[in-house]
Amino acid sequence: MSAVPVQPTRSVPGSGWTVVAAKEFGDHLLSARFTVLVIVLGLAAAIPLYFAASAIREVASGVTDAQAIFIALFWLAPSVSGQVTLPSVAGFLAYVAPLLGLAFAFDAINGERAQGTLPRLLSQPIHRDDVVNGKFLAGLAVIGLVLVSVIGAISAFGLIRLGIVPDPAELLRIVLWVLVTFVYVSLWLAFGMLLSVVVRRAATSALIGFGAWLLLTFFGGLIVSLIGGFIAPLTGSAEEILRNNGMQEGLRRLLPDTLYREASLSLLNPQVTSVSTPATIGSYDQAQQRIPSLLSLDQSFILVWPQVVGLVAMMVACFALAYVLFMRQEVRA
Amino acid sequence: MSASPGRIAPKKRPGRRLAAAPVEGARSGFEAESDSTRIRTRGLTKNYDDLVAVDHLDLDVHAGEIFGLLGQNGAGKTTTILMLLGLTEPTSGSARVVGLDPARAPLQVKRRVGYMPDSVGFYGDLSGRENLRYTARLNRIPRELAETTIEEVLEQVGLASRAEDKTDTYSRGMLQRLGIADALVKDPDVLILDEPTTAIDPLGVVEVLDLLRRLVDERGMSILLSSHLLNQVQSVCDRIGIFASGRLIGQGTMAQLAQRFGDGRHQLEIGLDLANGDDGSRARAKLAAVPGVVSVDDGARDNDPWVVTMAPGADPIAVRSEVLRVVATEGLPLASIRAVVPSLEDIYRRAVARPAVASAPSGSAGTPTRAPASAGDVPAARHEPAIQPEPATRTLDPVEPVTLPTPETSREDRA
Repeated sequence: MSAVPVQPTRSVPGSGWTVVAAKEFGDHLLSARFTVLVIVLGLAAAIPLYFAASAIREVASGVTDAQAIFIALFWLAPSVSGQVTLPSVAGFLAYVAPLLGLAFAFDAINGERAQGTLPRLLSQPIHRDDVVNGKFLAGLAVIGLVLVSVIGAISAFGLIRLGIVPDPAELLRIVLWVLVTFVYVSLWLAFGMLLSVVVRRAATSALIGFGAWLLLTFFGGLIVSLIGGFIAPLTGSAEEILRNNGMQEGLRRLLPDTLYREASLSLLNPQVTSVSTPATIGSYDQAQQRIPSLLSLDQSFILVWPQVVGLVAMMVACFALAYVLFMRQEVRA
Repeated sequence: MSASPGRIAPKKRPGRRLAAAPVEGARSGFEAESDSTRIRTRGLTKNYDDLVAVDHLDLDVHAGEIFGLLGQNGAGKTTTILMLLGLTEPTSGSARVVGLDPARAPLQVKRRVGYMPDSVGFYGDLSGRENLRYTARLNRIPRELAETTIEEVLEQVGLASRAEDKTDTYSRGMLQRLGIADALVKDPDVLILDEPTTAIDPLGVVEVLDLLRRLVDERGMSILLSSHLLNQVQSVCDRIGIFASGRLIGQGTMAQLAQRFGDGRHQLEIGLDLANGDDGSRARAKLAAVPGVVSVDDGARDNDPWVVTMAPGADPIAVRSEVLRVVATEGLPLASIRAVVPSLEDIYRRAVARPAVASAPSGSAGTPTRAPASAGDVPAARHEPAIQPEPATRTLDPVEPVTLPTPETSREDRA
């Protein structure tokens, strides 16, 4: 082999995170968990969509001037053979989506440690944060890919099944909903990343992540109601009940699951005009007298803006914590 | 390993075995640093809370040499290496690697330093070649150059035939070979290897050490390798540094270390085919009567050769021929005779034990079989089992640093 002189191109300063992200993205796409998650997420969305489509067909056949019917595919909770009520597509995804985030991050850093690749990786000419940034961005890219392809596929399925073409406003609502879902899943990705930095064993961090998912999405509402019942019981005068109910709602909104569900429901369903129950008798009366109407997209978005900001803030906080802890960790285990 | 001599492409710097002779004034400070100094630390210290991992380390590694870091587990070798790579911040002191401060310019340092960590790992679902490709990309090596370099280094470490297999299927020894290849992908000026050969089979080790030697001789690379496999270090390293409790208690060539940590006395091993005990005591008396001989001792086991220890000032050649003459005239049934050369193991054990022994009472309790002739003297440990119980006093004594060899002596020795 001939002598290979040192190329000047080697000294070109580059961003190491792009290399790390490209490698991680490739790994994710080829991994078994990618396939599994696409199938799980696809099923979780397609099954309620199928029944929702049937339900809509029954209703819509008699209606001539129905607005925003296509998008009802996503938020309508269909009843199966008139008995069991399934969660809507959005509701199903709210349960399953956190797994998507966790799956691509729970072993990001501790996996490198376990394999013994971390010291080798860090001894390459890249910055330390390139590792954690690259991995996070690769995770975001995979999440985006999965969400867009799954929701695109089931939309097409719904289109065929329903035979109703969505109007541009509905399409925009779906796009915004996908974006909010993306933010919500990124929150779980950042949380998984944090676990992978703090917990030394990948299996342990997967278990903790799984536990947090169960706790926050399934039992979180129950637990918060229980606590809320102690702090602000729904007894006394109507004023008190309304006020305490408002407090309980506030408590529930500490859960990312609540924030996401409120945001996605308002974005998908233009009939939703408020995410909170009225806090005073007066506003309750007003709400009773309101004529049912469809909100325009910007109005819907203004309605859920606080929820979206809350989700983004939680994600940033998780990632920042993971970042700082990783930068302070010793290279050696 | 199919690497033939000459596979390594010579670089611009033609390496010479002893090319590392320091330039005058190179030791006065960083300003006067010569081109040949690749790694230099001054007062490098790292504390973890209460624990002093590395304590005022002064280390020099020159171009074209292999420097071996010896030390027990936890002696601070890996911490030192991490500081040299900028992966850990030193508490105090300074380090220069290829003339750069690793704490300030870690990227430039890491671009020119190949590192293979202790218990190196790879991505198990990627092949050996793909793992190296990732390293090449992280080093921003252009694609075509990367491919040829990867092919070359895989060939050098003898993994070319397994390059397409996933590293999950590799043995520990193969992973270590791949680790060396990985460190070579970036065509480094300095190679830092942390325990590079612990899992490689004996024949493979010879090949790897041979490869390291050629990298140094033909490319002028400098290699810092840490190990506790003393015979490997002895066979391949130009200079050796001995670490104990975070301190470098000695550095230099084998000869320098032998001089510093030896007791200055020479020994002979004599094997005799003795029929009975009477012959034995007669022979022993005759040998002990030779002028310049201090003592004649049994070996560690029953049939081991005797050890003849000479007086500190005695001329070893004269004593040796006198011993041979006595053997011949007395008709002793000689089976073997050889001069005892201190091994690195002896030196290492003495160096590690020395600070404590120096302050221990004479006739150290750890070595009762051969009473030392003078206070503070440690008998040669050639025949003793590798692990000897340490005297109780040793652990309580504070570890005093032994004065390092002066620059002048080491320079003379190199010349």
